[in-house]
Amino acid sequence: MEIKAYSRITADKMVVNGSTVYSSSDGENINLTDLYRHLGIDYPKFFKMDNLCKAGFLGAETIIRDAGMDTVTPKKDCDIVLFNSTSSLDDDIAYNNTIEDDANYFPSPSVFVYTLANIVTGEIAIRNKIMGESSFYVLKEFSSSIIYSVVKETAQETSANAVLCGWADFLNNTPDVLLMLLQRTGDGKIQFTAENINKLYR
Amino acid sequence: MMYAIGDNIVCGLGFNTDEVYSSVRRDISGVKRCEGTFGVHEPFMASLVDESMVDDVFDSLHNSRSKSLCRDYTKFEKMMIISAQNAIEKAGVDASGRDFRFILSTTKGNVDLLGRQNTDSERVYLWRSAELLSEWFGNTNIPIVVSNACVSGACAQIAASREINSGTCRYVAVVGAEVLSKFIVSGFQSFKALSSEECRPFDKSRTGLNLGEAAATIVYSSDNEENKGNFAFCSGAIRNDANHISGPSRTAEGLFNVLDTLTENISSEQVAFINAHGTATLYNDEMESIAISRSGLNEIPVNSLKPYFGHTMGAAGVLETIISSRAANDGIVLGSRGFAQSGVSCSINISNMTKNIPERGQAPYFIKMLSGFGGSNAAILLKRVL
Repeated sequence: MEIKAYSRITADKMVVNGSTVYSSSDGENINLTDLYRHLGIDYPKFFKMDNLCKAGFLGAETIIRDAGMDTVTPKKDCDIVLFNSTSSLDDDIAYNNTIEDDANYFPSPSVFVYTLANIVTGEIAIRNKIMGESSFYVLKEFSSSIIYSVVKETAQETSANAVLCGWADFLNNTPDVLLMLLQRTGDGKIQFTAENINKLYR
Repeated sequence: MMYAIGDNIVCGLGFNTDEVYSSVRRDISGVKRCEGTFGVHEPFMASLVDESMVDDVFDSLHNSRSKSLCRDYTKFEKMMIISAQNAIEKAGVDASGRDFRFILSTTKGNVDLLGRQNTDSERVYLWRSAELLSEWFGNTNIPIVVSNACVSGACAQIAASREINSGTCRYVAVVGAEVLSKFIVSGFQSFKALSSEECRPFDKSRTGLNLGEAAATIVYSSDNEENKGNFAFCSGAIRNDANHISGPSRTAEGLFNVLDTLTENISSEQVAFINAHGTATLYNDEMESIAISRSGLNEIPVNSLKPYFGHTMGAAGVLETIISSRAANDGIVLGSRGFAQSGVSCSINISNMTKNIPERGQAPYFIKMLSGFGGSNAAILLKRVL
């Protein structure tokens, strides 16, 4: 498969297909709501999401729209395969803060629902009507070889024509996202290999 | 195709598969009323694993291990290690080999360590749980954690089959584990998803789910060496509803697509039974009945094992696959405890009675089906070998 498009969000900027599209102001960590506004996206559900979903959603949104995929046609031949290291820990901490103190006990279903790592795959699937496989894996650290082999085996089995895959992590106010849109045939510029995944991440 | 050459279940009904399966056959449930447990104010129904029993069993394993592995393991870690070790011993294979990999299926792992003082902060990470598991067996391959909400147990088996079919590994241990805590119970309570009595999947009077703790392990092998296999994994599918993050699709889109893919090359007469997710929430059971009906599988007997174990989340797919395989090998479809009158809109073949599988010779397959938050749906096609 080929990497048709990719996006990278780090502590201070967002890069799409190698070009910086947004940088935070001096020394500050990137604010995902500012980034959302900068990208000119209109999707009110964004504001309900936890940080991990926001980061994954923004990473996906840019490359999926650029590839000309719409938000309404059901896409059974597209898979979503994501990885990270901290699972949903950022939201786990937020939820835990609502139940720890007996005097201040107010468990919220809208916070609890995001305490699952794979909700980000669901948010991206809903936005884009992606109805193929959706999977979420947790690894100690970014591994281009595991991402490559798991995604390759997935696409081989499902015969997907497109796969949105990569790394989506968020903790301590810091996003770490590399999303790639794979297609079976493209312009042949970037092949989907472990080496290329590594280059795009570093 | 891969073969299950060893398995184990640790849950409220016992510490090995035979013990647990025999309790289910005697219609004993592990679900009990819990009051004040974990500091949760409202009482709830759950199947818990006795912590002092976990400690005792673990200590007996621990004594035979090297000093370097001595540390204060959590209940979650002890349960996954006990289960994996028992299953690996049954399989009789070397878990430290280069051709062996661990796949851990869990949603929340050690989440109850959050906010606790004096704990090793890495221990709350799911990858660290998987690493501790691999280290216990001296295995140096990078372990993979599957965290796909309540469908994780099926997804982990699918991930194992990809490892084995691609020739990356000869053996994969799929370990599903989950413990309960204030975190999990309060969250489900905030969703108003819990039933105040024993859950009644697919029944008209169902009011919600019961939670459960468990660790369950299946050791899969690429070949059925010495006919050790208890059952075989044939294929699996995972599909998203692309509809809602916490509610199932009204048309069962994702699960219908899963069943459609899974039964592509077999006829419904060849399937002995479908072990449904059957959580006993209004929406889940309704959605499953729609998926089964849309797929034209209405005649196949359907059951749910949740009244025995509660909903064990990341462990459910592994645990319920093992129990279903025992039933398939015995030629029976286990009844759905507590079911009296259908409370789903589509007609499906469900009963509270354990029955013999009709035309058993023609029906070697069984299906394990799951659905979860994030719009995820999964099912696997399994085959008995006896």
